[in-house]
Amino acid sequence: MTGFDALIVGGGVMGATTALRLAQGGMRVAVIEKRALGTGASGVNAGTLSLQIKRAALVPYAIKGIERWRSTHERLGIDVHYRRTGGLTLAFTAAEAEVLTARMTERKAAGVPLEFVTTARAREIEPGLSANPVLASFCAEDGYASSTLTGRAYREALLKAGVAIHEGAPVTAIERGGGFRVVTPRGTFVGRRLVLAGGAWLAALGRMIGVEFPISVRVNTVSVTTRMPMAIHRIVGHAFGLLTLKQSDNGTMLIGGGWQGRGDPERGAVEVIPDNVIGNLRLALHAVPALASARVVRTWLGLEANVPDAMPLVGPVPGVDDAFVIGCVRGGYTIGPFMGELLADTVLGREPEMPIFDPARFNSLQPQKLSA
Amino acid sequence: MKPGVAVIGGGPAGIGAALSAARAGLAVTLFDEQPGAGGQVYRPLPAPFAADSGPDAEVGRRLRAELAASSVDARFARKVWFVGPAADGYEVRAVGPEGAETLTAPRLIAATGTTERIVPFPGWTTPGVMGLAATTIMLKAQHLLPGANVVVAGVGPLLAAVAVGILKQGGRVAAVVDLAGVGEWAAAMPAMAARGDLLARGIGWVAQIKRAGVPMLARHAVVAVDGGDRVTAVHVAPVDASGRPSGPSRTIAADSLAIGHGLIPATEIPRILGAAVEYDAARGGWITRADAYGATTVPGLYVAGDGAGIAGAAAALEGGRLAGLAAARDAGVLPADRFAAESAPLLAASRRAARFGGAMARMMAIRPGLVAAIAHDTVVCRCEDVTRGEIDEAIGAGARDVNQLKSWTRCGMGPCQARICGDVVGELIAPAVGGRLAAGISTARPPLRPLPYHALAGTFAYDELNLPAPAPS
Repeated sequence: MTGFDALIVGGGVMGATTALRLAQGGMRVAVIEKRALGTGASGVNAGTLSLQIKRAALVPYAIKGIERWRSTHERLGIDVHYRRTGGLTLAFTAAEAEVLTARMTERKAAGVPLEFVTTARAREIEPGLSANPVLASFCAEDGYASSTLTGRAYREALLKAGVAIHEGAPVTAIERGGGFRVVTPRGTFVGRRLVLAGGAWLAALGRMIGVEFPISVRVNTVSVTTRMPMAIHRIVGHAFGLLTLKQSDNGTMLIGGGWQGRGDPERGAVEVIPDNVIGNLRLALHAVPALASARVVRTWLGLEANVPDAMPLVGPVPGVDDAFVIGCVRGGYTIGPFMGELLADTVLGREPEMPIFDPARFNSLQPQKLSA
Repeated sequence: MKPGVAVIGGGPAGIGAALSAARAGLAVTLFDEQPGAGGQVYRPLPAPFAADSGPDAEVGRRLRAELAASSVDARFARKVWFVGPAADGYEVRAVGPEGAETLTAPRLIAATGTTERIVPFPGWTTPGVMGLAATTIMLKAQHLLPGANVVVAGVGPLLAAVAVGILKQGGRVAAVVDLAGVGEWAAAMPAMAARGDLLARGIGWVAQIKRAGVPMLARHAVVAVDGGDRVTAVHVAPVDASGRPSGPSRTIAADSLAIGHGLIPATEIPRILGAAVEYDAARGGWITRADAYGATTVPGLYVAGDGAGIAGAAAALEGGRLAGLAAARDAGVLPADRFAAESAPLLAASRRAARFGGAMARMMAIRPGLVAAIAHDTVVCRCEDVTRGEIDEAIGAGARDVNQLKSWTRCGMGPCQARICGDVVGELIAPAVGGRLAAGISTARPPLRPLPYHALAGTFAYDELNLPAPAPS
């Protein structure tokens, strides 16, 4: 079978970075994307690039991921408005302070350069904060990028690297036999290797090659305000991970934190849940009172895939030769570019810089179960 | 009374829908952001002008009286910011003078009218340039003139209505600049004759304008406006049938410009609820797919009025009544034979009115040549200051539809949420991607209107927030 050396299904951060590195490694690569590059979770998330909100086990990866975002301009040739602002995570009650202390102590030990700060110190670092926090942690490495520019940035880099891009091409079937034939309404693509990078749609893609990825999907809400006078200069979060708040250079406030909306991979993002939007806005207002004078202009949803242990799914697909998967990276926007490199190195037969997250750890993915 | 139906919009379509559904026995709740019913055409007038005469004022008064005498729970000064499916129908969230309101109803009728289209030209964001529809509101509701010496430009019946309104208030009209040619008006006459009353009124307007000595320039467009803080001059040029400027421009001294290039149906609510939409330039562009009674592809969701496809205020009233009857039929309170008997004359009247409105809508359809001629440096998205050049650059870089273009350039991301620029942007992308269907429509998101943060957040105690449990560490 002739064709590409690798077919990447999914044109988000993870698929695009994998494709880019495979192409740089000498492979002939095609990216097959159901809609347009960077329009799934990679393009609609709140853009937070925070080290201190990452799970301890993922901190070394997140450090590398943020390095990649910092050098996006050099790496991809286009700016994604990366800003290193420093970030504060807040606790508003004694119980929250306890959670914050436990988590941040663990993450600090894992390598996050953070410090615990009093309310007074937190308000020196970020004068836009309310007096409500009882404890905060500060990490100078935190920042954000503009996720809406992700697709454009990768598109140009992929084209430059000679990667074939097929957008508007939802995969309807994957046929095997001496390689892979990926069938879409825009044509059938043939390749020796297959990388599934379909985010929330990974479960359906897995079934096309007879694999049951143990994936659940979260539907995260983001809201944005109209432009307002600069009120905060840091990114702001919450001990429970229920808030991300930042003010862009253009004055708009972006409010996230994983409050749930309605949707699923079949129907996509269906609708926000009004009470969850309101809860999210209230939490943000409790942290930054200047929001009261803002106007809310838009709310939207993004679909995020998770596996039961909430750790990434990055590596060979058990039982299917030459098939690989990348996804389910909590904090995937931050870590994704580095994960893509690790997977690409695995595909290229190189030793990855850090251990990958072998999908074979899940019982449901073990080859003997597949044939049963 | 059976529950019920929620009607969004208190213009003629919404009033018609609310009244006919209520008469058939449904509990009806109507929401509108204005202080009273009537919409843009039959707008309620403030006390000093309440005695104004004219056919529109009469219709408005009659509709408001009927609404007041009905069982309809009419809620004004309400911003509806969210609609979504609920277990037993639809959930509507609004904020009003008393704060937040939530209503669930088994059925929903969207009668949300239109937005005015303005195809950008150099200087279109200069103070003193305003929409024809906005000018109509100023003239009717405030007796205010847009300026002392006004150029009235664009296309459609509002041109003459605004020019006459300005003359009536004692203002000066420097010129009426019409995109349409004399031949287009002549071709529209047979359809306009379906509503002889409206046709006669229009002919009367034109006669008044001519009597006042106002120059009327057919098949011309405004190509630029001079002035920094204030309009000082308006440049106009002849155009071809597609709207593309096709000859030397001339300068008209003026201190203001009222301009509108047609109306765009507001389809946000049906789109948020997943109703199928289709593109029909001759009916205003993107419209909700619906049957003759306004039933959409989503059960229990109906559309009526110009928001369901431009057909004019007269057709909107009948269309609204039909949608109200359909909701009542589907709710089981209106037997099939009664539905047939009551809807037949309405259907006939609405078709008559729609012949007139349809001719106007065709004339007001977006003119591709006018859009194609937008200059490189002209701002297209005024909320976010995105120029034609930046849009073209993004299209050249591979932006495939209006939503991708929005991500890449912020075009349509501002307070208007692409209501003003989206139609023009779709037209700009269309040639590169194979048409308006492929270019798509900006995804509708709540809130349906920009909403003050405090109106949504309200007052709260932190310990009552019921925060979800923390994600695993």
